[in-house]
Amino acid sequence: MSDTYLGMPSFPQAKASTRDTRLRANLTHATRTIRDKRARAVAELDDWAQLREAGKRIKDRTLRHLDDHLVQLEQNVTAAGGTVHWAADAAEANRIVADLVKATGEREVVKVKSMATQEIELNEALAAEGITAYETDLAELIVQLGEDRPSHILVPAIHRNRGEVRDIFAAKMGEWGRPAPEGLGDSPAELAEAARLHLREKFLRAKVGISGANFMVAETGTLVVVESEGNGRMCLTLPETLISVVGIEKVLPTWRDLEVFLQLLPRSSTAERMNPYTSFWTGTSDGDGPRNFHLVLLDNGRTDTLADEVGRQALRCIRCSACLNVCPVYERAGGHAYGSVYPGPIGAILTPQLRGTASAVDASLPFASTLCGACYEVCPVAIDIPEVLVHLREQVVERDGPGHRTERAVVRAGSWLLDHPAALGAVERWASRTRGLHPRRLPTAVARAWTDSRDLPELPEAPFRDWWRKSR
Amino acid sequence: MRVALFPTCVNDAIHPRTGQAVVALLERLGVQVDFPAAQTCCGQPQYNTGYRRATEPLVRRMAGAFAGYDHVVTPSGSCTAMVRDNYPRIGAKARTEGRGDGLARAAASLVPRVLELTEFLVDVLGVSDVGAYYPHRVSYHPSCHGLRMLGLGDRPRRLLEAVEGLELVELPGAEECCGFGGTFAVKNPDVSAAMGADKVRNALSTGAEVLCGADNSCLLHIGGTLRRADAPMRAVHLAEILACTRADPTGTGWATPRARSSA
Amino acid sequence: MTVPAKGSSRERILARIRAAVQDAAEPPPVLRDYRDSHQPDDPARLLDLLAANLADYRAVVHRCTGAELPAVIGRILAERGSRTLLVPDGVPEDWLSGTAVERVRDHPPLAPDRLDAVDSVLTGCALAVAETGTIVLDAGPGQGRRALTLVPDHHLCVVRTADQVVASVPQALPRLDPSRPQTWISGPSATSDIELDRVEGVHGPRTLEVVLVG
Ligand code: SF4
Repeated sequence: MSDTYLGMPSFPQAKASTRDTRLRANLTHATRTIRDKRARAVAELDDWAQLREAGKRIKDRTLRHLDDHLVQLEQNVTAAGGTVHWAADAAEANRIVADLVKATGEREVVKVKSMATQEIELNEALAAEGITAYETDLAELIVQLGEDRPSHILVPAIHRNRGEVRDIFAAKMGEWGRPAPEGLGDSPAELAEAARLHLREKFLRAKVGISGANFMVAETGTLVVVESEGNGRMCLTLPETLISVVGIEKVLPTWRDLEVFLQLLPRSSTAERMNPYTSFWTGTSDGDGPRNFHLVLLDNGRTDTLADEVGRQALRCIRCSACLNVCPVYERAGGHAYGSVYPGPIGAILTPQLRGTASAVDASLPFASTLCGACYEVCPVAIDIPEVLVHLREQVVERDGPGHRTERAVVRAGSWLLDHPAALGAVERWASRTRGLHPRRLPTAVARAWTDSRDLPELPEAPFRDWWRKSR
Repeated sequence: MRVALFPTCVNDAIHPRTGQAVVALLERLGVQVDFPAAQTCCGQPQYNTGYRRATEPLVRRMAGAFAGYDHVVTPSGSCTAMVRDNYPRIGAKARTEGRGDGLARAAASLVPRVLELTEFLVDVLGVSDVGAYYPHRVSYHPSCHGLRMLGLGDRPRRLLEAVEGLELVELPGAEECCGFGGTFAVKNPDVSAAMGADKVRNALSTGAEVLCGADNSCLLHIGGTLRRADAPMRAVHLAEILACTRADPTGTGWATPRARSSA
Repeated sequence: MTVPAKGSSRERILARIRAAVQDAAEPPPVLRDYRDSHQPDDPARLLDLLAANLADYRAVVHRCTGAELPAVIGRILAERGSRTLLVPDGVPEDWLSGTAVERVRDHPPLAPDRLDAVDSVLTGCALAVAETGTIVLDAGPGQGRRALTLVPDHHLCVVRTADQVVASVPQALPRLDPSRPQTWISGPSATSDIELDRVEGVHGPRTLEVVLVG
């Protein structure tokens, strides 16, 4: 019953997450901390609304002429000494990167945190070719050492608290390189220091770096990476070869456009006026940084998303994660429940568009929201996430997946009733008259989904419409 | 001024008292209201679950039922937001799908006239003191649609603050969703219940006797959670608080025809 | 006429983009009605703000006159106990007149482990942004290639004159050359990866000291 009427399984892990008190506590603590900080950082700028509107429009106009901007970007990157590759899907991107790494003769690469390379599962693809990719972002390192999956865009190990991180470092660092210091404590400062020591030897000998990018500027061929820890600078500067895998939607037309996004992004993501480090590079520079630069432009479902009139706004996303941090469903379900590298509200609209809704989890994502609108309110590029969610729900329902057949029938019957007020009144009347017979908890799965945690309302003596008719 | 009441289908079937309170309140303020019987439901549950096409007849029905009224007042933020935000979308999509302009025109005719109760009181009638009396400790939960989509702002608070005898206490985490979310409540019951539990915990921490809201769908969920916990707190719609007076502090008279015709 | 390989991913992606947007309306124009700066145009106040914002993100800020600069640099290095100082080309000789620490030059370019071994690096900057507490390096004179300010654990950066300070990001970008590699630095490296708690000092220099002249 639950599968047929409810249409969808609730997202698979949510039940477990709501009962995992440690996970709940970790998430609640972290998201609330950042939520308040973001609000203060945003409140400092009295022109936030104008910046947000500008960000939205720049992105919309860029997407409308994405072909032109990408071609211009390609020309400028090439002119500045870089090489541009185009990858239609994950497999092609992985093959390109693996071939580039193999051509250097290296077997190890250092990586800056990048959603695009997680999306295409690059590390796994490289491992299959005998190449080890070291994640160098602190949270990614925690995830990699813990053989875990990321659960947040900005802070992939947000589901771990300091004690858990300490245990992972102490147990696992030695397997990957320099072991954690003896007697490692659990203060974030000590843990950051352990990561510094562990990764430093890798940075200093790295010959190949792999990154994503936050922005690419078409008119100049410049790529921009926004970060905090300095691992990005290490990977972008020290190796001889740099390979950046970037989604095609990350392009901006002009250098000037950065003035909007470099204000929107840091305040929305880490709630800072400016993040500690931002790196800009245009192709290659003599004697400064990598001698070889490859840019892999990634489609992997983005052009499908672009074709959807309502859904394409998801491509504005600058991956700030503000929507995750305010989302009450994310806070309780945790990032893993979304079954994708893009969790939370943005994941619920992006993943089903990039991957389609054929799998149960992808089809369940658009329903993983109360439509409370907190995500839309904080989104720095004004993605109307509730609007897209409802739009995607329609697509799931229209496809008439087996799960929705009964629900459709119920809705159809309901629609008839709601278009016949007299009949509706009769049903309401019947329900009111039989109210003495309604138990407090109901047996069917749908009803149980309600009554397991909540009482049903008591029905009135008569519906409003009857009272009105009689009293007039 | 011709004013129609759209109590919403939920209140019609499950919580008529809220509709009665709106009638009592508006008549006390000198506004004659009507209940066009052709109305049913705005279509929010269907639309938000993905059944846009099933909503279309309801758009037409709503536009028809409320044709000719200057204002359509509804004690529900989410139903107001449904009409205001989604009816134009439904019309526009029907147009792009090559099914003509009719739906868009129906939506356009209705949308500007539909007002949430506190908007009608504050913006149209220009009152914040409605002469109510409610000697209780009350906390207010601003439901998401009213808060974020309609931008009701401080209207509900101003109305409550003017109520004689009412002590308003701040609700911690007020802006956070209660976890109802329409069919979300049964599609994702675990998350929904966890959110409801947190909302209720915050509400109980205020020590208030009454949790006031302006959307009975949320209050069904919160109230049901409170009752299941046998908590010393009731969920009460804002209209029912504003309709209470010194003469009738518990609203016993709203339901009786006599009380209304004497207004 | 040369045509790219038919069915290449490049052509396929571009064709898919064109098909996806061909019926889309032209989105509304970008209004740049946001502020050019959030501060009054007052150089003295900008310098104060820069100092405050740098300090807020845990940079150590020193202020002095041009004449005092060599002594201030000498004192900072002495207090830290630095014995080796990496000096990029173009750092004015007189900045170093107040210190006797061993100078290390990037000729020939130093390998990463050599950079790791120096105690401090001294640079100027391209400009600084007051509102965000940001120092911008563009590998120009007195700044060196990017690795020089990355690997050493102590970065001492001089903001030479008040006219190197702009109020805001919108005022900074037009003054910078996109063809040069740039690093924008706002405080020492930091992480919020554990419980979203900010900790300063990870991979980049753990100590950033900024001397504001003027
Ligand atoms: S959808 Fe908006 S809020 Fe969410 S990550 Fe993307 S840009 Fe940030």
